Amino acid sequence: MCENKIYTVSIYTENNIGLLNRISAIFQRRHINIESINTSSSEIDHISKWTIVVELSEDRMKKIIGQIEKQVEVIKAYYHKEDEIIYQESCLFKIKSEFLFEERQIQNIIKDSNAKIVHVNREFFVLEKSGRTEDIELFHRELKAFGIMQFTRSGRIAVTKDEMKISEMLKVF
Amino acid sequence: MEESYTLEKKEKTITKESISGSEALMKCLMAEGVETLYGYPGGAIMPVYDQLYKYQDRIHHVMARHEQGATHAAQGYSRISGKVGVVIATSGPGATNLVTGIADAQIDSTPLVCITGQVSSHLLGSDAFQETDIIGISTPVTKWNHQITKAEDIPKVLAKAFFIAKSGRPGPVLIDITKDAQFEEFDFSYQKCIGIRSYKPVPVVNKKRIEAAAALINSAKQPLIVWGQGIILSEAEDIFKALVEKSGIPAAWTILGASALPTSHSLNVGMVGMHGNYGPNMLTNECDVLIAIGMRFDDRVTGNLDSYAKQAKVIHFEIDPAEIDKNVTADIAILGDAKDSLTQLLPYLEEKTYSDWHQKFKDLYAIEYDKVIKNDIHPTKEGLTMGEVIHQINLQTKGNAAIVSDVGQHQMIACRYSNFNITKSNITSGGLGTMGFALPAAIGAKMAAPERDVIAIIGDGGYQMTIQELGTVFQQRIPLKIVVLNNEFLGMVRQWQQLFFDKRYASTEMTNPDFVAIAKGYYIDAQKVTKRSELKLAVQEMMASDGPYFLEVCVEKEGNVFPMIPSGAGVSEIRLE
Repeated sequence: MCENKIYTVSIYTENNIGLLNRISAIFQRRHINIESINTSSSEIDHISKWTIVVELSEDRMKKIIGQIEKQVEVIKAYYHKEDEIIYQESCLFKIKSEFLFEERQIQNIIKDSNAKIVHVNREFFVLEKSGRTEDIELFHRELKAFGIMQFTRSGRIAVTKDEMKISEMLKVF
Repeated sequence: MEESYTLEKKEKTITKESISGSEALMKCLMAEGVETLYGYPGGAIMPVYDQLYKYQDRIHHVMARHEQGATHAAQGYSRISGKVGVVIATSGPGATNLVTGIADAQIDSTPLVCITGQVSSHLLGSDAFQETDIIGISTPVTKWNHQITKAEDIPKVLAKAFFIAKSGRPGPVLIDITKDAQFEEFDFSYQKCIGIRSYKPVPVVNKKRIEAAAALINSAKQPLIVWGQGIILSEAEDIFKALVEKSGIPAAWTILGASALPTSHSLNVGMVGMHGNYGPNMLTNECDVLIAIGMRFDDRVTGNLDSYAKQAKVIHFEIDPAEIDKNVTADIAILGDAKDSLTQLLPYLEEKTYSDWHQKFKDLYAIEYDKVIKNDIHPTKEGLTMGEVIHQINLQTKGNAAIVSDVGQHQMIACRYSNFNITKSNITSGGLGTMGFALPAAIGAKMAAPERDVIAIIGDGGYQMTIQELGTVFQQRIPLKIVVLNNEFLGMVRQWQQLFFDKRYASTEMTNPDFVAIAKGYYIDAQKVTKRSELKLAVQEMMASDGPYFLEVCVEKEGNVFPMIPSGAGVSEIRLE
């Protein structure tokens, strides 16, 4: 048996109702937890791009790619190892405004982390940070000491170092 | 959603007229060549039934007695004819009752188009009367599904549904149509779908791999073919027979592959799998090249994968890329339609005989005959056996009947001992193992092939799961033959309880009703056989009958099906007793 690793799955699909259910059912049926999932428009008009992060063995990953590609509205699916992609995640922190003015340390943390203040009012301010998983985890740990009112984090989005020839594939039709 | 429809290829035939969505549905069905469909009316599908009334001279709607029965009837219709089976049901419980049949069709690759009514679009999500999320429910068991809320979408979605159901590896499609879309009028035109850009149903055969496969086959000393339903679905029977005969390679079948090559063919070495024949199972682990064609290495075929054909090079001919390396790793995988692949392979193959290798199959058959088969089909013990009933049917039909079996011991016996001369003659629930399949499936099969003798072989358990379809048999006067092999047990479960659960017969003993009286209640000719001496005459009477006929045969209560590969064991650990 090969060992479990983090894989990022890229799927190009038609933009149809119900496809989320169909794709997620492929993982659910095999008792695999989806670590994160993101769908958005892609570089091609009217084609959606999905980015799914899962942890499993490569053998199972390959079989799941086959099951995903089997779906009528899926154009192509790929899986990537960590070193084959450039990825980012984004997160938001809501923190009491008093800390921003009274705690010098928090100002340094914000400065060092390349986080952005996207909103400030009397009661709270909102920080936005993008980065790799470990950058966000570190930032979270640093801010936790001051008390975080709300925290949320997006799924991973990724582009590959190698080309994915979707446009060529669609031209063949 | 609308965007993607422009991305389908369509035939150019346009006629415009303003009609309702439900009338448009009739015209779509007729354009797809649908003559018979199975269903059950209800509130949310009433506009469609109103049109079925109008078009009753052109579309024959068969009312089942339960929506599950309608799905199995459509499956039987499809399996014997190769056409798409069509099912209609209402929303809510009508739709959920389809799920078992849809799941069965999905795992056995049967093309179905199921049309369900849905509450009006303004009520969606309001927990309206008979509202259920059938799209959500059916997603994991359909090849494709789609909800229509506007009448104008009906033609394009239906065209897509038929194309998807039938093309590539076939499967079930469900189309849910809201009631307002059924009423709404629009300008109708119909174009058949001939392609979808995100869907590549038939991979192109790779010629280099064909050559590599041929070289491997030609160099083999002890090759074995295992074929599945792919031969039947691609209608490759003739080229397959030519290939088997030219290459001289022994060929074994999976349960759904049965009948693609006649049972009596000298190179047909029998069934593989849990209750398959001794020879092909044992010799799977001795062959040097295993040629799998249109089959998916189901666990009931392979047993424990860790000891399955480890010594062999595997060549896998398959239409569905997801099946390659799923269970068994292929040394050479050839994607494509079986008929295309085999047609390309045939010229490369050398003519051979493999007499020593064939002798091994004959020797193992002799052992199986002595230990199992002889006692099954020519028993000397007191109780009737299931095997002798099948044997008697073989004698009287000369192997030309279509056998529709249910699930359990009688299914294994029917598949093991039926003689099949004609393809598409073994109709059974292989993948899902759905008890209750046979009676409704036989209805569909007989309607699709009225010229053929269709015999349903059913156990006393499964029969009672869809026994209400006797009403359909009676109302439609379908001259099919129903044989119930009654052992007063859920026999296969009881066999496992005997072998693996210390004979603790939990909930497997059946206290049965008077089956003959029930059949007669539906005005179906019926008789019951309890003695060996009565069997031949009873089968004769059944086969001579012009109308539907019910025959109950009381067989020994605790008969077991052998050979058997115990669950979790390897194919060469097959037991004869």
